[in-house]
Amino acid sequence: MNFWKKVMKLNRRWIFLLIALAVFIPFLKPLRLPLSITKPAKDVFDAVESIPPEGPPLLIATDYAPSTAPELDPMLYALLRHCFVTKRRVMLLALYPQGAGMAQAGLDFILPEFPDVKSGEDYVFLGYQPGVQAVVMSLGEDVRLAFPTDAYGVSLDSLPMMEHVRNYDDIALVVDLAGSSIPITWVIYAVARYGQRLGVGVTAVSAAQYYPYLNSGQFIGMLGGLKGAAEYEILIQQKGYTEARQIATIGMDSQSIAHLVILALIIIGNIAFFASKSHKKKGTSSK
Amino acid sequence: MRRQIPLILTFLTGIAIFIAFFIPHKPFNEVQDILLDWAIIIAGFALLLGIHSLLRKHITHIKKKDGGWGYSLILTFFFVGVFTVGIFSAIQYKGYSLTPGSLLYFVYDYMVIPLSATMFALLAFFIASAAYRAFRARRLNATLLLIAAVVVMLGRVPIMENAFFNFLSRFSDWFMFIPQMAAKRGILIGVALGAFAMSLRIILGIERTYLQ
Repeated sequence: MNFWKKVMKLNRRWIFLLIALAVFIPFLKPLRLPLSITKPAKDVFDAVESIPPEGPPLLIATDYAPSTAPELDPMLYALLRHCFVTKRRVMLLALYPQGAGMAQAGLDFILPEFPDVKSGEDYVFLGYQPGVQAVVMSLGEDVRLAFPTDAYGVSLDSLPMMEHVRNYDDIALVVDLAGSSIPITWVIYAVARYGQRLGVGVTAVSAAQYYPYLNSGQFIGMLGGLKGAAEYEILIQQKGYTEARQIATIGMDSQSIAHLVILALIIIGNIAFFASKSHKKKGTSSK
Repeated sequence: MRRQIPLILTFLTGIAIFIAFFIPHKPFNEVQDILLDWAIIIAGFALLLGIHSLLRKHITHIKKKDGGWGYSLILTFFFVGVFTVGIFSAIQYKGYSLTPGSLLYFVYDYMVIPLSATMFALLAFFIASAAYRAFRARRLNATLLLIAAVVVMLGRVPIMENAFFNFLSRFSDWFMFIPQMAAKRGILIGVALGAFAMSLRIILGIERTYLQ
């Protein structure tokens, strides 16, 4: 077997090892690779900035499961930090069964940094409700239709923050963090029907499918994958809002190096493919 | 009557929601509110139906000792376990089972999150291996896909700040916003037309497979 054929049949364990090293080494020795801020990420940041402090709340929908948490959790943390530092109010809900756990875990991670932030006054966690379309539509009529109480069983009518919040008219912005196609439901029912402003945070693999909504203005902005989360972290740090550890920015080094390794593998695979093909041709013609 | 009543209900609710979408005023919005309330309750029962279907399938597997019945046993065991823990936590914390400190929260935080994240993380290894073996410039279409993928990936990976990488980054953005989006928009319009046609067929009772 010639050299290029051996390269083509490289044992996959070597590839796994290369990827593992590409992911681990940047964690041990951060490279601090440059990161440019894209317009869709800046637009989400600006939309949150445009909400008056202690005014109408930002609604964050955590429509994702733990499988996509490494990309979407940093977005949730950055958004919560941004809002809590700047005294902006937050509502959280989940249309995805495991999303309630993600929201709760996100709050537990961020709240220790903000001892003054109180449930019912600065944020309200509504929990999970089944029936995606029905819930998104009912929020347009009255939040209490779908969520008569918050996740902890407290009536919304007794929460100071919810006193003036009835429907989308009283919600400044919705940001849907999703690892599924739920953002499309928000577009159909919340944006098209009620004119709600919507931003999204999605996984890198699904970001491509949402560009038409971004271009049409149905999304005011988009955070795409870990890079989107890292951009948001940088934006809130540039404003001097936080000095907290930027987990997405740290993770970007690993992701970038892993991407480069995959690119190198693709290029080597193709060189080997053409080299072995020409070797085969030469062998056939010499016979 | 077993077929007619569901068809009539589908027609009436479909038309009511359709009208309320375009005329969001009394009495249509009130009818819509009632229907939405019902839809949320029905969605809750649909979850129960899903659980019943899942357990029935896997318990049958276990009883018949079909191939892979061990996995069905693990699934059933953990389903019952987590369900019991969830009910226990809900009783303990008066309705909200995911209260920090509850047993369900512990299961979620220390089992569900790490296991799901691990499963998804394994994808990186398999994608790398598959890309190495399958991403070959065998034909023109494959070559175009390969070039696009390499350029977009390089554009998205910030290695250094220089004119070449800035160009790649701008090209990658252009690629995502123009050719990629045009193709995606075409697919989406096709899907939307299909969904519209299917919705009409369901509302008008032409499409009845959901009744089976």
